[in-house]
Amino acid sequence: MDINVRVNGKTYTRDVEPRLLLVDFIRDHLAMTGTNIGCDTTQCGACTIHLDGKAVKSCTVLAVQADGSEVTTIEGIGKPSALHPMQAAFQDNHGLQCGYCTPGMIMAAIKLVEERGEMNDDEVRHGLEGNLCRCTGYENIVKSVQAAANDMGVAHSPFEADPAAHHETLREAEARAAARSHE
Amino acid sequence: MEMTTPKDLTEALTAIDQDPDAVLLAGGTDVMIGVNFGETWPSHVVGLRRLAELTAWEGNRIGAGVTYRRLEKGPFAALAELSRTVGSPQIRNAGTIGGNLGTASPAGDALPFLAAVDAEVELASLNGRRTLPWHEFLVGVKRNAREPNELIVATILPEAMPPRQAFAKVGIRNAMVISTVSACLTRREDGTTTIALGSVAPTTIRARKAEAMISSEKSPTEAAIAEFGRLVSEEIKPISDHRSTAAYRRHAAGVLAKRLLERCL
Repeated sequence: MDINVRVNGKTYTRDVEPRLLLVDFIRDHLAMTGTNIGCDTTQCGACTIHLDGKAVKSCTVLAVQADGSEVTTIEGIGKPSALHPMQAAFQDNHGLQCGYCTPGMIMAAIKLVEERGEMNDDEVRHGLEGNLCRCTGYENIVKSVQAAANDMGVAHSPFEADPAAHHETLREAEARAAARSHE
Repeated sequence: MEMTTPKDLTEALTAIDQDPDAVLLAGGTDVMIGVNFGETWPSHVVGLRRLAELTAWEGNRIGAGVTYRRLEKGPFAALAELSRTVGSPQIRNAGTIGGNLGTASPAGDALPFLAAVDAEVELASLNGRRTLPWHEFLVGVKRNAREPNELIVATILPEAMPPRQAFAKVGIRNAMVISTVSACLTRREDGTTTIALGSVAPTTIRARKAEAMISSEKSPTEAAIAEFGRLVSEEIKPISDHRSTAAYRRHAAGVLAKRLLERCL
């Protein structure tokens, strides 16, 4: 089936199997491997993305269901030289250990903060109840989200300012990194 | 696997009329788990996510495609309360009230509310529409009265909703678990009380004897409240399974019944 999905500000047209999961479409067909797959059954939240502006777990959405939709992944919210405030806060507050849950945590946390603003510990923990950290590093995740909530009041995502300018797939990033190493 | 993504209700009804075995896919929070586990291999899936007719919500008529996320912010207190306990924010963005009815699990979190307020379920097919009371719609464990050529289009709440309503559930953690026991209680000014419970019988059930007893108490004493809890735990038909034991479910149902009643007095 032909589908058109706008991912991180760029429209992709692909012929996909109806059985294909959205997360596999993002990872395998678009080579954006920032979105991780943890459990395949919506328990862990590692695969959280924004679908039409809402945080959802992309392991239980079919790619064809996203036809005509707007998708934002971890690749679409910032870039290494201009991190999203949530990414910067996770970095500054050691909000990750192994990093596997981080993309999903960040995507869920962005929507949480957009909706709720500043929160106490309990509110953050309740708001991130759909995301598991296998390292159990929740203390610093909570601190990161609270720090970002503070920053997000003034800062804006670079992606929102100019969607096209900040889109970069893993392959493009790798190509750029390779080019840099040859310089 | 074949996929149909109908643009409107007529296209959806035509698709399921032609293929009674088609699997209906709304938020995917139940169906897709089965697919990913390899438990179900649907040959034909009809996607319902974009049907505007299903996402409409006007007053007491809630479209089947309305998500828990929207219900959380709605005007019906216990429905909003229970919606906040479903899964996690990501699940509430996807899961729908129609999906809860379609799956008809004894543990469906919206079902005790629909039972406690005596909601109706509206079904549509190419032949027309019909409306069933909740207890005629829910017929067994994961079984409902929907014919293969029918679509659940809405649930209709009564015009005069009970002013006091509350929901509570017990599970092994707060998020992302299937309820061990759930309960919704409503009470009117004249004392009329209803209580519906989930995960304690093959379908969501009402504890009618307990309701009759407490409805006649205008200002229930502590003894009356305790008796209400005892009657509820006696009236349900729980089983022991991988989630809990029948004995624990009886105990928890009685505790929830008393707490909910106290909150609605």
